Amino acid sequence: MFHIHCAGLCSSASVLVICCKQSFYYSFSYSYTGLPLALPRGENMDGGGGSRENVTAGGAYTEELHVLAVDDSLVDRKLVERLLKNSSCKVTTAENGLRALEYLGLGDEKRTSLEDNVSKVNLIITDYCMPGMTGYELLKKIKESSILKEIPVVIMSSENIPTRINKCLEEGAQMFMLKPLKQSDVVKLRCNLMNCRS
Amino acid sequence: MDSVVQLQRQLVDYRAQLFNEGFLDEQFNQLQQLQDESNPDFVVEVVTLFFEDSERLLDELAKALEQQSVDYRKIDAHVHQLKGSSSSIGAQRVQKVCIGFRNFCEERNIEGCQKCLQQVKHEYSLVKTKLETLFKLEQKILAAGGSIPLPM
Repeated sequence: MFHIHCAGLCSSASVLVICCKQSFYYSFSYSYTGLPLALPRGENMDGGGGSRENVTAGGAYTEELHVLAVDDSLVDRKLVERLLKNSSCKVTTAENGLRALEYLGLGDEKRTSLEDNVSKVNLIITDYCMPGMTGYELLKKIKESSILKEIPVVIMSSENIPTRINKCLEEGAQMFMLKPLKQSDVVKLRCNLMNCRS
Repeated sequence: MDSVVQLQRQLVDYRAQLFNEGFLDEQFNQLQQLQDESNPDFVVEVVTLFFEDSERLLDELAKALEQQSVDYRKIDAHVHQLKGSSSSIGAQRVQKVCIGFRNFCEERNIEGCQKCLQQVKHEYSLVKTKLETLFKLEQKILAAGGSIPLPM
């Protein structure tokens, strides 16, 4: 499981081949041919449907991240989805923490199979201020989970509050980003993720 | 009928005016940059979501302020949402009113809140009209066979 997260962020396709047969499909075609792949489009937990579409994988060194984006604001979900898709990410959106956890497989304790959604997600990006479960609470739940804790979690907020930022970083957040998000933020995010592999 | 070039110039001027008058800020340009041939309606789509969301929030705010016992936390939550979405699309004047609005919520100042509600409704209605005008101008250009000039 941990290999998938590390491997998802670096170029070692062979690890993906061993661990997860779905990732095998992506990574094999991706690194060997560089040709257009048929990849499933990200699903939307807030009602939008998913469908199979042909997507160009881009150059051999462009990582295809599957990102789960969590935000209660419809406007912000749409914006973050577009920003990430423009950076060749596959995107799944969720409108709250509970839906996000359900998608990741934390709702049902019986699921331990690597074929679940959890094995596909390379990054979680979540808003901080959400009704019900906050982004911070979601972060904590993810870091407390043995199956999810290796997934990097990025927190977004419209408010630049140092204590809030520190609290999130201390809890294990990969990065804290200020809203509104711009394209340069997504570039920084990718660099940050790349630099974290060693 | 205006030529494509004239329409394009009108658009550029109108857009510049909206920026100069503070209705829109740099974030709106970010939205434009995310639009391309594979997502030609992105800006209209996001802005439409903003309109729908804002109208819902403004209704909720009006109701909340009419209550016998005003729930300032609920009002603050709605204003926070409105502030966030207006900021995400670059509707700067709406966002600015929201900042003041939140301060009045914190002070539990009912009159201040009511004034801000009127102000934010006004600013919202202004920016909505202006964006709709902008989009109509874009449609005219496209219908005339031209392309929409990119922001500087």
